[in-house]
Amino acid sequence: MKSRTIKRHFRESLKTLGRNSWMSFASVSAVTVTLLLVGVFVMIMMNLNKIATDLENDVEIKVLIELEADQKAEETLQKQIKDLSGVDSFTYSSKEEELNHLVKDFGEDLSLFKQSNPLRNVIYVKASDPQKTAEVAEKIEKFDNTHEVLYGKGKIEKLFNFLNISRNVGIGLIVALLFTAMFLISNTIRITIVARKHEIEIMKLVGATNWFVRIPFILEGMWLGLLGSIIPITVVTIAYVKLHSVLQPKLQGEMFQLLDVTPFIIEVDLLILLMGVFIGVWGSFMSVRKFLKV
Amino acid sequence: MIEMKNVYKKYPNGIVAANGLSIKFNQGEFAYIVGPSGAGKSTFIKMMYREERATSGDIVVNGMNLTTLKNKEVPYLRRQIGVVFQDFKLLPTLTVYENVAFALEVIEEQPDKIRKRVMEVLDLVGLKHKARMLPNELSGGEQQRISIARSIVNVPKVVIADEPTGNLDPETSWDIMNLFEEINARGTTIIMATHNKEIVNTIRRRVIAIEGGLIVRDEHGGNYGYEI
Ligand SMILES: Nc1ncnc2c1ncn2[C@@H]1O[C@H](COP(=O)(O)OP(=O)(O)OP(=O)(O)O)[C@@H](O)[C@H]1O
Ligand SMILES: [Mg+2]
Repeated sequence: MKSRTIKRHFRESLKTLGRNSWMSFASVSAVTVTLLLVGVFVMIMMNLNKIATDLENDVEIKVLIELEADQKAEETLQKQIKDLSGVDSFTYSSKEEELNHLVKDFGEDLSLFKQSNPLRNVIYVKASDPQKTAEVAEKIEKFDNTHEVLYGKGKIEKLFNFLNISRNVGIGLIVALLFTAMFLISNTIRITIVARKHEIEIMKLVGATNWFVRIPFILEGMWLGLLGSIIPITVVTIAYVKLHSVLQPKLQGEMFQLLDVTPFIIEVDLLILLMGVFIGVWGSFMSVRKFLKV
Repeated sequence: MIEMKNVYKKYPNGIVAANGLSIKFNQGEFAYIVGPSGAGKSTFIKMMYREERATSGDIVVNGMNLTTLKNKEVPYLRRQIGVVFQDFKLLPTLTVYENVAFALEVIEEQPDKIRKRVMEVLDLVGLKHKARMLPNELSGGEQQRISIARSIVNVPKVVIADEPTGNLDPETSWDIMNLFEEINARGTTIIMATHNKEIVNTIRRRVIAIEGGLIVRDEHGGNYGYEI
């Protein structure tokens, strides 16, 4: 396509944007609301996801070994765990080492237990997929010489359940809004098409190609989408930078952290922009297909 | 250059508007299409620039077979045909100049060539001095001349006109006919549907009479043949 033609299409698409300004305004508002929700949602979900991953990386299975188990039995158990599918790594820790840890954490008062150590030898196991922790733990429980198998039972499942549910609800809401925005855009474009029926008829009569007729309408949709993404991008960016600067210092030294501002916020902004363009172009495409018989 | 073979057209509502048309036009010809209202004249014309698609039969225009022509190739057919209507079909917000230039702009012609060609055709139709006016500042005859200028601006081999004098008074109609004759004298084929008995009987050319979707008469230098 010639640059002259591209210029013409842009000029035409901008002209009509101003002409039915009320419909344009309604479409842009719908896109704005939709994208704002998308932005906030993505921001929250990605961070919750990050937190969940941080936490779940910390999830270990603690296998307490029977007191009666001799060294040979312990070695057999370790071999069984090592051969178990879904196990990432494991470490053995004797009851003396365990006590040393406790002493370190809770003070010398405990050192009097050194005479008769009440603890057990332990194997710490990490599942290769944190979501399968419960499964792996159940399998280990069935092995001989295990006294008890412990892990963050319940807590992790609850967190993942919560994440999955809120993700689905959020996606459902966004899809509904997406359709509303597209519908409004396609209506705006339809009005433009009807208003220019006469012109389109003559264009076709003198041999304009179908794409030549269509492109200004598709560009008009694109503008509506782009305009609708301005406020969401601004709001989301400012909000996250603020939020990050307030919350992150409080999370220093915690097991979980927020996502860094860059590149995260740039990715979210880009996503909003692309979705805006997509909504606009697709919305106008529906009208062009339906009402523009070219 | 235009040939129809056994062309049959049935509209979705069941009306048969062409019932086996076969005809041939040579380059440079001037032909009238006559016949009573509802005979199928407009349908005949619309099929030549693929506004309507024939239900069966073959239509060949400038070597393009319109029965098998793909929709996306239709624009290239239209660039070789000029079309003129009873109601002019000018864009009211564009000036005379812009209305004519429009036809070349939307097919992405060079700007220099557009300027040159538009001034040429405006000169030919005698309206160069009104280039900056809007269509509603012109008389009906002048508006029709603009629409004719637009139809020939891309130098088509054929101009098809559906009752081009239908909205004009007798005197203005003669001016328009003189213009068509001049265009025809330069080698352009003219095919014109008309109800104007005076014109057909005075400017004697090929006359094709259609009735009920059938060609009932095809006569060089014939007369109108119907009482009004
Ligand atoms: N788009 C259409 N859909 C259905 N029927 C149509 C359509 N166009 C024309 N017809 C029918 O086809 C027949 C021929 O119509 P056409 O317009 O070709 O006649 P015509 O010879 O041009 O008449 P007139 O002299 O009044 O302009 C008529 O019966 C008309 O009602
Ligand atoms: Mg007619």
